[in-house]
Amino acid sequence: MNTHETELATYNFAYLDEQTKRMIRRAILKAIAIPGYQVPFASREMPMPYGWGTGGVQVTAAVIGPEDTLKVIDQGADDTTNAVSIRAFFQKVANVAVTTKTREATVIQTRHRIPEEQLTEGQVLVYQVPIPEPLRFLEPRETETRKMHALEEYGLMHVKLYEDIARNGHIATTYAYPVKVEGRYVMDPSPIPKFDNPKMHMSEALQLFGAGREKRIYAIPPHTKVVSLDFEDHPFEVQKFAKPCALCGAHGVYLDEVILDDKGGRMFVCSDTDFCEERREAGHVGELGVANKEAAE
Amino acid sequence: MNDQPLLKVHELSKFYGARIGCRDVSFDLWPGEVLAIVGESGSGKTTLLNCLSTRLTADVGCVEYLMRDGQYRNLATMPEAERRFLMRTDWGFVHQNPADGLRMTVSAGANVGERLMAVGERHYGRIRETAGDWLGRVEIGLDRMDDQPRAFSGGMRQRLQIARNLVTSPRLVFMDEPTGGLDVSVQARLLDLIRGLVQDLGLAVIVVTHDLAVARLLSHRMMVMKDGHVIEHGLTDRVLDDPREPYTQLLVSSILQV
Repeated sequence: MNTHETELATYNFAYLDEQTKRMIRRAILKAIAIPGYQVPFASREMPMPYGWGTGGVQVTAAVIGPEDTLKVIDQGADDTTNAVSIRAFFQKVANVAVTTKTREATVIQTRHRIPEEQLTEGQVLVYQVPIPEPLRFLEPRETETRKMHALEEYGLMHVKLYEDIARNGHIATTYAYPVKVEGRYVMDPSPIPKFDNPKMHMSEALQLFGAGREKRIYAIPPHTKVVSLDFEDHPFEVQKFAKPCALCGAHGVYLDEVILDDKGGRMFVCSDTDFCEERREAGHVGELGVANKEAAE
Repeated sequence: MNDQPLLKVHELSKFYGARIGCRDVSFDLWPGEVLAIVGESGSGKTTLLNCLSTRLTADVGCVEYLMRDGQYRNLATMPEAERRFLMRTDWGFVHQNPADGLRMTVSAGANVGERLMAVGERHYGRIRETAGDWLGRVEIGLDRMDDQPRAFSGGMRQRLQIARNLVTSPRLVFMDEPTGGLDVSVQARLLDLIRGLVQDLGLAVIVVTHDLAVARLLSHRMMVMKDGHVIEHGLTDRVLDDPREPYTQLLVSSILQV
């Protein structure tokens, strides 16, 4: 479609050729039609290794248009290797506007986090998924897991949670916590912390999941019920943090541990860097934070 | 409900290409009855068991099962979802090798609890209580509840497998050589346990074995198979004490006497 006209040989808009994008879009449409169902697709080789987000990149490439604004986050941060290189990739092959502001982005590709700021209608959140099959570690046979999804046999998922409680006294799964989508399919929400699970429920944004190596795409359309699995006497709970963010003082957000020295010094800061920066700009200061002006120097 | 057979088998045959797996097998199984299928290796016992339990599809014939609502259903035409539900609630299957029937990487408690969770139990405390109760009934100490079956001896694994199958109070249990590979004293204890459970719970059991002593101890009736055919069929004591077919006579006379 929109090839760069100035150079001789170049890539198609957003790297993938139009036929490939059509194929991926078909899989995405099917995934949206059946929330939580893993749709197989003909995953392509991407110019990055498996495990670095080849699935997410293909989904983003298939849905992004010239008017979109892209944000890429890795563990909540906009400035880590994976985020920087994927953002640069799309700047190069699609020439789209990029941002680090959650609010301004129309397409957000993410690894391991959902932004703290609530997503709104019209935004698309694309997850990079390493292992799409939530039942995989208990049932290694793909034929069997597919059958279990088809017949809604999800007892095994609770066996995993039972094991957690039997060993640790509580459900110790902290990331990739299984959810049931719209009362039907059990889904692996990719390795986001379970802290983010409630954000998927009834989200206004469209959520797409791409697993490149495993060749699966699945989706949660806007306003879809997403319920984390649990036991009646061991209900689902998100992580709680003893202290607020050390830099911006935010409560009720997901924090990363940062080691400060070799004497046991540490601080807990927002994993969502954009959220943290915005708060600091607005004048919020945590116990280890410095006021906005000096920090810039 | 004792006036109707639990399982009606009619002219069941299974072929592996030109070779016969089992041929023209017909019988009725009544609630609470233990039927032994005996014969030498390769006589079609396991093929028959797999056809009955829908693990294999028979080529000819049909198997009808009396559902809890009192209706007979043809197992071959039952939707897969329903059949799998039946298999994990109303039926049990005890494999010769416990590793085939257990999840070796999850604890004993979870192994027993899996069926409960599969039918929708979502209360951890209750699941654990029921699992503990069943482990007790198969003589596995509560202190072993959170151990994985890979840490268990062969006899314990087999008992765990039995507990795992019986936790949903099935009405029909298939057993494929349940005591194979166990030493004689463990075998004796296991047989004793199975006999007690079968009697207490009123289970119907189809047990495949090549060991006539097992058949004698467990079963009410037995079928002798040879080359895929049932050659003799009758009450266990009658078949073992007064075998009519030459092959059965041979089989009975080859039991080792101590």
